[in-house]
Amino acid sequence: MRIAIEHRTQYRFSQAQDRIVQMLRLTPTDTQDQTVVSWRIGVDCDARLREAIDGFGNAVTMLYAEGPIAALELSVIGEVLTSENAGVICGAAEPLPPLFYLRSTPRTQASVTLAEFAADVAAGEALDGLHRLNAALHGRFPDAPDLPDRGCAAAQAFAAKTVTSRDVAQIFIAGARHLGAPARYVSGYRTDGEAHSAPHAWAEAYVEALGWIGFDPATGLSPDESYVRVAVGLDATGAAPIAGTRVGHGREQLDVDLHVDRLGGEE
Amino acid sequence: MAARGAFDEIWGHGGPASPRAEFASLARWIAETPADELQRRQQSAEVTFRQLGITFAVYGDSDAAERIIPFDIVPRVFLHDEWARLSEGLVQRVQAINAFLEDIYGDARILKEGVIPNELVLLNEQFRPEVNRVRPPHGVWAHICGIDLVRTGPDEFYVLEDNARTPSGVSYMLENREAMIRLCPELFRDFRVEPVDSYPDMLLQTMRSVAPHMGKSTPVCVVLTPGHFNSAYYEHSFLADSMGVELVEPADLVVDDDVVFMQTIAGRVRVDVIYRRIDDDYLDPLAFRPDSMLGVPGLIAAYRAGNVAILNAPGNGIADDKAIYSYMPEIVRFYSGGEAKLPNVETWRCREPQALKYVLDNLADLVVKLVDGSGGYGMLVGPTATSAQIEEFRAALIAEPHRYIAQPTLALSTVPTMTEKGLAPRHVDFRPFVLTGSDGVRVVPGGLTRVALREGSLVVNSSQGGGTKDSFVLSPEAGA
Amino acid sequence: MLMLSRTAAALYWLGRYLERADFIARLVEATVRLDALSARPAGEAAWQSALAVSYTDKAFAATGHPVTLAHVARFLALDASHPGSIVSCLDRARNNARAVRTALTREAWTAINRAWLMFHNRSSTGGPTETLNLLEAVKGETRGFEGAIHRMMRNEATLLIQLGAAVERADNTARLLDVKYHILLPEGERVGGAVDRDQWTTILQTVSAVTAYRWLYSDGLKPRNVIDLLISRFELPRSLAACVEEVVTLLSALAKRTGLQGEADRMARARMARMQKTKTTDVIVSGLHQYLEAFIAENAMLDAAVARQFRFI
Repeated sequence: MRIAIEHRTQYRFSQAQDRIVQMLRLTPTDTQDQTVVSWRIGVDCDARLREAIDGFGNAVTMLYAEGPIAALELSVIGEVLTSENAGVICGAAEPLPPLFYLRSTPRTQASVTLAEFAADVAAGEALDGLHRLNAALHGRFPDAPDLPDRGCAAAQAFAAKTVTSRDVAQIFIAGARHLGAPARYVSGYRTDGEAHSAPHAWAEAYVEALGWIGFDPATGLSPDESYVRVAVGLDATGAAPIAGTRVGHGREQLDVDLHVDRLGGEE
Repeated sequence: MAARGAFDEIWGHGGPASPRAEFASLARWIAETPADELQRRQQSAEVTFRQLGITFAVYGDSDAAERIIPFDIVPRVFLHDEWARLSEGLVQRVQAINAFLEDIYGDARILKEGVIPNELVLLNEQFRPEVNRVRPPHGVWAHICGIDLVRTGPDEFYVLEDNARTPSGVSYMLENREAMIRLCPELFRDFRVEPVDSYPDMLLQTMRSVAPHMGKSTPVCVVLTPGHFNSAYYEHSFLADSMGVELVEPADLVVDDDVVFMQTIAGRVRVDVIYRRIDDDYLDPLAFRPDSMLGVPGLIAAYRAGNVAILNAPGNGIADDKAIYSYMPEIVRFYSGGEAKLPNVETWRCREPQALKYVLDNLADLVVKLVDGSGGYGMLVGPTATSAQIEEFRAALIAEPHRYIAQPTLALSTVPTMTEKGLAPRHVDFRPFVLTGSDGVRVVPGGLTRVALREGSLVVNSSQGGGTKDSFVLSPEAGA
Repeated sequence: MLMLSRTAAALYWLGRYLERADFIARLVEATVRLDALSARPAGEAAWQSALAVSYTDKAFAATGHPVTLAHVARFLALDASHPGSIVSCLDRARNNARAVRTALTREAWTAINRAWLMFHNRSSTGGPTETLNLLEAVKGETRGFEGAIHRMMRNEATLLIQLGAAVERADNTARLLDVKYHILLPEGERVGGAVDRDQWTTILQTVSAVTAYRWLYSDGLKPRNVIDLLISRFELPRSLAACVEEVVTLLSALAKRTGLQGEADRMARARMARMQKTKTTDVIVSGLHQYLEAFIAENAMLDAAVARQFRFI
């Protein structure tokens, strides 16, 4: 599938900022089933961009801008070619052994109820269990829209009524790790014909003999060719598309305009 | 654990009347200098330290926000041969630590070959994925190591703890020596003591040797401190001052285009080498703590791009973690191909059921430590603990065994020390400093001797009432 | 090596705070004398004016204590709860000094640290004699610091400390003179009478100008002469004219060393040119208070210009 992405993030500040430094995890990398055809990150002010690969294998871009900056727009425009592989990830850069992804973080600590839930639904063989956990989470939270990260922890979200795709992904990760499966958070894009105010998020878990497999508890299914993987991390904070610091006073207002479209024609 | 029975480094086992043969003249100096004269010199040193502001802050003790560490006038002395053997062991250990870090954040051969349990590294908070696959300039990780040693006999030294992050105490080594030269000049006349005052030059040389871009003009080096409210601020300013480099706080540094600059009155100046005295967590909020406003945003990106050297390298905590410590003999063997010249103290890893059982059965005889604790906090010294304290630790051990290790209570060596009732043996430990640059490994002939001032106490931490002594290393031809 | 912006700011403020601590010590010392000389309620007026000069009258009123030697001296010397006391100034001076330890010599640092240790955790100044002894000791340490600064390398660090001190000194002298304008003589006292004379003498003592006055003016103690001495005589180190000139000199020396010259230099030079033409008679005729108010405001603007020029923030 040929997917076109246009992702604009606009910051407006109540007072001009002296300096802005951001770390952007906004660039997908190639895997066996994902080829980046074109990709460009643009900034509407005088800024310097530097690219690197981080310790997780993500492509990161450092953005340095000098003030005074009253507003800043980041635009990401690109095209990616994907194919279907039953959710199995092949050919991704894997600088960290799977075992590392058993590590818990403050945002992916399982509560007692979350752990019991995971153990109940996922009893039995590993791969089936993870699929059941994925489906059960979708059943419990049928509506998990792509909204900006609220900083919520998995245990807290599990007890809440409304959740986002970020929250269910973290809940899945907490549950999977509790079951002994290495699991990680994925941030990326998905074509579903709807408008969103934030990128999509899902999870991947490691199954012996198969490798890393995607699970999207927001749909209850595994990601297919309509997904573009961008960044992985231990939790939503670690894979955040934009991490930033600014030097200056005042408040900031954030607007996101995101379009993910399937382009015509076969591959 | 009383001092009785312990090995005294000057008096040997026989007490003041029959000192070790090599130390006869030093024992005579101790015996012949009147106690009140020693007392007077010691007080004079402490007045100087207070006026210089060589103070440290004790956490949770607001009354004594600034205290000086008690100084003891009787030096601790190493014979030249003792020191030579010790140095070899230190160099071997620090080389192994560097090789281990290079491997862990690189190909991780030691994990693939199963020499240490993989989860002990990968699930350890001290293993920092943020710097995974980053090779620091010139491949040096642990530039400044403080290796804590204890001694139980003439030739029995053990490593108690490795410090490969931001070991402190070197300013005491230098200031104590200054005080001794001023107050007891006769000792330096009678004994040939190796000088330690070249340490700042050695440190600067080490810093310059790892500058990322060699060949251009002299690299710009700085010392990075959290600020003057930090308990070790005196040392930070002392080191910057004696090296003649800037002492900067995070707010003085900016990163632009993956290059680090300091903000000066005339604008920005590029920085090549940073000796940081700040924990990893507070180095760069973008990399480590998105919730923190502290640190220098972009510093890790500049480091990853190879544009700045950071001493010690971020992520070093995995090498001096107490859980890893117990595998140091295996680590030394793995990288050096030989046995560790400096042995570890025997250590029971409570994460292993067998070991846990032994520890629980013998709590009253053991020292139990938190794997991630430091500064003498979260520690049980079985022989001196109350039964309530022992039971408290028993519960904690059963609840979270993986967080603890246990060691035997060693009969730590003693050195004569000034007390209210005159000279008496007190237990000591020792922290020598080892520098590693692109040009090799250097051991400073001296170090920080910490002394437990309370009779029988084995806890030497300054936060727990320990003091310090000067540590002499004698020149080849000299006796004491 | 170029100096860090933060270091520059800390050195400048170190200079300001130590100068302020020294000034308050002198002020209290002179007031103790004045208080001893005069009968009530003149003594109370003396302390009231000391509070006004140091901008602490409101803070003191809030304590509810009576205006007496014991209370005001303790308040101005030892009360850390307000920024106008000697102990608060020493605290800030020491904090700034700690933050720039590498830019100071041991001698300079120990002088500040000793002064601070002297005041730290002390609750009472004691009686008049003990108070004077304590103040004498602080002045000794600040003099020791100045000496240490003179023995330090003549580099931008010393120049910035001296610049801070000169800017602060100008402000202090202007305030000291301005307060005399406010103080009303106690009822029954006449201008030129004993109390009035004592008040003028106190001002001279505060700026160590009693001897200078005798050298320069032969016609006895006259308010007009005191005003002339404190405003326009370059010979007196604490006069406005001398401070204004010193600021110009220090800024040019800094410009020579750092290459940084700008707004602050221009303001300081313009101020000096005006000062050289100022006649004391004109100042008195057109209003001393208005003149001093304008001077204090201009001095604050110069302070801000220094901060911009050396990128303090």
